[in-house]
Amino acid sequence: MTVGVLGLQGAVREHVKSLGRLGIAVRVVKSSADLDGLSALILPGGESTAISLLGENGVFERLRRLASDGVPMFGTCAGMILLARDVEGREAAHIGAIDIGVARNASGRQVHSFETTLSIDGVGEDVPAVFIRAPYITRIGDGVRILARHDGVPVMALAGRILVASFHPELTDDLRVHRYFVETVSGLRREGDRG
Amino acid sequence: MVEKGTYRVKSGLAEMLKGGVIMDVTTAEQARIAEAAGAVAVMALERVPADIRAQGGVARMADPTKVREIMDAVSIPVMAKARIGHFVEAQVLEALEVDYIDESEVLTPADPHFHINKWAFAVPFVCGARDLGEACRRIAEGAAMIRTKGEPGTGNVIEAVRHMRLMNEQIRAVLAAPDEELMTIGKNLGAPHSMLLAIREIGRLPVVNFAAGGIATPADAAMMMQLGCDGIFVGSGVFKSADPARRARAIVEATTHYDDAKIVAEVSKGLGEAMHGIEIETIPEHEMMQTRGK
Repeated sequence: MTVGVLGLQGAVREHVKSLGRLGIAVRVVKSSADLDGLSALILPGGESTAISLLGENGVFERLRRLASDGVPMFGTCAGMILLARDVEGREAAHIGAIDIGVARNASGRQVHSFETTLSIDGVGEDVPAVFIRAPYITRIGDGVRILARHDGVPVMALAGRILVASFHPELTDDLRVHRYFVETVSGLRREGDRG
Repeated sequence: MVEKGTYRVKSGLAEMLKGGVIMDVTTAEQARIAEAAGAVAVMALERVPADIRAQGGVARMADPTKVREIMDAVSIPVMAKARIGHFVEAQVLEALEVDYIDESEVLTPADPHFHINKWAFAVPFVCGARDLGEACRRIAEGAAMIRTKGEPGTGNVIEAVRHMRLMNEQIRAVLAAPDEELMTIGKNLGAPHSMLLAIREIGRLPVVNFAAGGIATPADAAMMMQLGCDGIFVGSGVFKSADPARRARAIVEATTHYDDAKIVAEVSKGLGEAMHGIEIETIPEHEMMQTRGK
């Protein structure tokens, strides 16, 4: 059982570390061949414009198929933008695996980036969350469940086995969000908890 | 409770830029070319380092109109440079809401002794360093990101390589040293002891470290990545070349796929002329930028 982390650009090593602390085998994905046999995939934060250009080498095409085949995916920040069906200011989705609309950089420029704690449905209370030039969810489609809000705005959502978050759980030591993705969303059993 | 400008938020943005390329731009049009080529951020400037070097005179923070123009042109983060020690230029850039400030040796230093107290700002700072001591001093002053100084505006990668290798060597020594040697190592490097303890705890520099200063080709970028840096700054290398859009895109691909020589070979084909470049030995001592601010 191996969980992939899309490694084209961004906060790759932080997700690798969080999964490693949960005792999960991890593979960094840079090409479509790297996607063979993965049980689940995390799409990290980074710059969505850069990642989307780099992903059009066949990786995204395969990700669209894997998502419709039911492979669990978790997108944080830029990863959420890549998974969303509608991205404000863009005609087409990148991967388009979850029926939500998102607005990029909705939390403003870097001086307005912030950290806070969230109450997350199914995860717990006081979960630390770091928002960096964060995108917000602006539209929720049928069958999409909102798991957390900040100031009334949806910042985490789940539909089937696709999980998205505006914020960065990987920048904190709290493993609850990663555990929720691996165990509850993906239905995977850990091989040993070193967390 | 909502907290802004925490160190985690500041260094967090740098973490998001990892594996990416940050490009110097002087116009909104150049910023759009950089973004379309896959840059993770742009550095807004009035003149690229090669022109600053050629024209001489005092180089200062860019005109706020220019910075705003570039901020309005792209959706990726925008950085801007302040002079070493010029805390009011930094205040102005923070008021403009740039996403990162580069306290940079490319501009003419404003203070002969001191750097900016970067803890006083909500906006994060990146600073240049030639060795581990310099990197540690800047981080202790509040920098949330480090880059090698290299020798800016030369299109010559040798100084960036020198600085990255030296930093790596010094980090290895810090990690390998027995406890009783650490204080003296810190004294000799001019590095705060607390920083060396932080390095030993996580096994690397506590913030992201990019390569900068002289990178001009996809192979230059891939080499710096193989030497262990976290990402790439390209100053004059893109817009002083024959075909900026193609070269920018090629450097982005080479930075992501730095360990795949076939891809680096493919993207290096037919890029046209790289920036002309300068042999370091021909630069007079007083025109070296890397020795500014230590």
